[in-house]
Amino acid sequence: MPLVELRNVSKIYLLGEEEIRALDDVTLDIGEGEFISIIGPSGSGKSTLMHILGCLDSPTKGTIKLDGVMIEKASARQLAAIRNRKIGFVFQFFNLLPKLNVVQNVELPMIYSGISGKERRRRAMAALEAVDLANRAKHRPSQLSGGQQQRAAIARALVNSPRIIFADEPTGNLDSHTGDAILSLFRKLSQEGRTIVLVTHDPEIAAVTPRRIEIRDGKIATKVDLTLAGLDRRPAPAETAAAAPP
Amino acid sequence: MSPAPLATSPEPLRRSWAQLGISILAGAREIWAHKFRSLLTMLGIILGVSSLVAMSALIAGMEKGAKEALVAIGGLEKVRIEPQGIPVEQRHLSDEATGITINDVKALQHSAPLVTLLSPEMRLFATLTANGRKFRPWNCVGVWPASLKMNEHIVEHGRMFNELDDEMARSVCVIGTETRDELWGSPETVGREIDPIGETLFINGVPFTVIGMFQHYESEQDRKARLLAQSQGGQPQAGGVVRNKRRRRNFVFYLKNATVYLPLNTVWMKFRSGASQIAISYGGASRTITGTTGDPRLSGLDVKLASVDQLPEALQQVRNVLMCTHKGIEDFTFRTQEDWADQINTFVHNARLSGGLIAGISLLVGGIGIMNIMLASISERVREIGIRKSVGAATSDIFTQILVESVVIAILGGLAGLATSFALVYAISSFSPTDNAPIIRATALAVAFGFSVLVGILAGIFPAIKAARLNPIQALRYE
Repeated sequence: MPLVELRNVSKIYLLGEEEIRALDDVTLDIGEGEFISIIGPSGSGKSTLMHILGCLDSPTKGTIKLDGVMIEKASARQLAAIRNRKIGFVFQFFNLLPKLNVVQNVELPMIYSGISGKERRRRAMAALEAVDLANRAKHRPSQLSGGQQQRAAIARALVNSPRIIFADEPTGNLDSHTGDAILSLFRKLSQEGRTIVLVTHDPEIAAVTPRRIEIRDGKIATKVDLTLAGLDRRPAPAETAAAAPP
Repeated sequence: MSPAPLATSPEPLRRSWAQLGISILAGAREIWAHKFRSLLTMLGIILGVSSLVAMSALIAGMEKGAKEALVAIGGLEKVRIEPQGIPVEQRHLSDEATGITINDVKALQHSAPLVTLLSPEMRLFATLTANGRKFRPWNCVGVWPASLKMNEHIVEHGRMFNELDDEMARSVCVIGTETRDELWGSPETVGREIDPIGETLFINGVPFTVIGMFQHYESEQDRKARLLAQSQGGQPQAGGVVRNKRRRRNFVFYLKNATVYLPLNTVWMKFRSGASQIAISYGGASRTITGTTGDPRLSGLDVKLASVDQLPEALQQVRNVLMCTHKGIEDFTFRTQEDWADQINTFVHNARLSGGLIAGISLLVGGIGIMNIMLASISERVREIGIRKSVGAATSDIFTQILVESVVIAILGGLAGLATSFALVYAISSFSPTDNAPIIRATALAVAFGFSVLVGILAGIFPAIKAARLNPIQALRYE
């Protein structure tokens, strides 16, 4: 059974009289342990797709099953619990709380899952170890470099051992060297067996993932543009609307 | 790594006290991060709470003072029967009017079981002379020894005259301390407590022997002030009883101290005309000294009732007896302390209402201040709320966080207000003209604090709902 099953999902915004289809009849499966990238130009709907996959938003039509749970039937409280336990987010602008230090930021998700203080601290430190940032645990985010902040954010995404991690342009705010380091961190995490979804507009970044999905005008493009970033080195299986995972 | 277990429905998050503790800590941290802003916000609550406490303390002080005075004049059970002008429809019977006499006292003793104590009074307009000084006391009356109990007098020096003194119409008197102060000097001026027992006192020129002196009556506050001054010692009047030098003493207590008691029979024998003139002037109608029965006429009669609960019944009983002895002529009236007690209660009620209103408005303003600052605070922290939601904070978590912050501000403000209230009460009592020291009651503190918490909750609800309803995606994008 795939970890995520999207069936005919549409997201429609109303701008006055005009209907905007941010997502149009998307069907998609993501398997356990996959490292997958969603690429597309800005405005293509990839962010909307990520929000829906990440239980931050609900679709107008269609069904989503995450880890066996029908998302569109879940209450707000259940969605919050799903985000808390099963999903980790990494954002372009890191989104750490500036008033808390690094370890407190990493502890944040566990506060909402009711884990005791000692256990929180232990697990937060373990997650920081995993991203090689334990020596900066007591620093404020403002005292860290961009790469370090992003690693702290990844530690926060990892700390509750989620089923799936969404990274939205995780290197978008970093120089290419630091960005590469972050990408190799993701690759390492993927090798450890985690399911990771990378959202980006940059085909070069998408190239690190074995599977790529291109979104255009709210739909999954039936053919991946192989000329983009020389993906022809290792062609991915063409995605069709009803494609099964590899 | 251990992925979360597969579940068909996510288990509800466990809410624990620890989580509330974290919220409180986070709230306190937020307040500490904006110290000045939070202090200004709290100021409203501080003022509200302290004015509520101060107001209730002042009123409690006044109430206590008034009740003390009420007890000092004999309490609620005491009813005074006084002569009164004859009603218009009975004017033609004025020659028959007897006035209040000893006969009435005897009749009441036999026929009014709800009356437990009777104390007839024959008032004298007296000028006292002794020791080369003159004094006109407020109260120079001929009474029975029972008057001691009736008017809550305590003889501290010497003795009260007894039935025998009364029967023999002996020329003896018992005086209050104010009378002593005026004639022989007060402890403050002389430096020692003068005990005038055995001295001779001329009342309207007639010599009397002072055989007793009452205790010095004062309000509890005056007593405390006096004891304090005494304990501080080192005063020039060392050894003497130092009394409050301020002339702010309670009027009721002053009157009670300015008293001279004589045996009733003595007044009747020695000052017959003088005494009855008073009676006539009160009675207003009858021109005879003794009334139609030849009885000594009284200026008033105090009765003590078995219980306040039976006041109307007891008064009716007395009225029935007196109507009989007065041949149906209503030349008497009752004066109860009930009116005074009612006035005290009305005053206290009104003062509480208006004071509570003012403090309540001030608390309301404080609450509006909190709501204002919470709204400003959440619009500053939209992004933070978005982040918290993205890592799994439920709507209720955000709601709790904001509400707790608001309540923490209110609680801190409330506590500071309680502390301030003590200072405020001290400040008010040091320059206010009131006789009565304010009393801070624990209930007032609890109520004020409770209100501040309530205000914090009410002020926090709307901002908390607003924050909790934020859409996480828009909140994350917010710059």
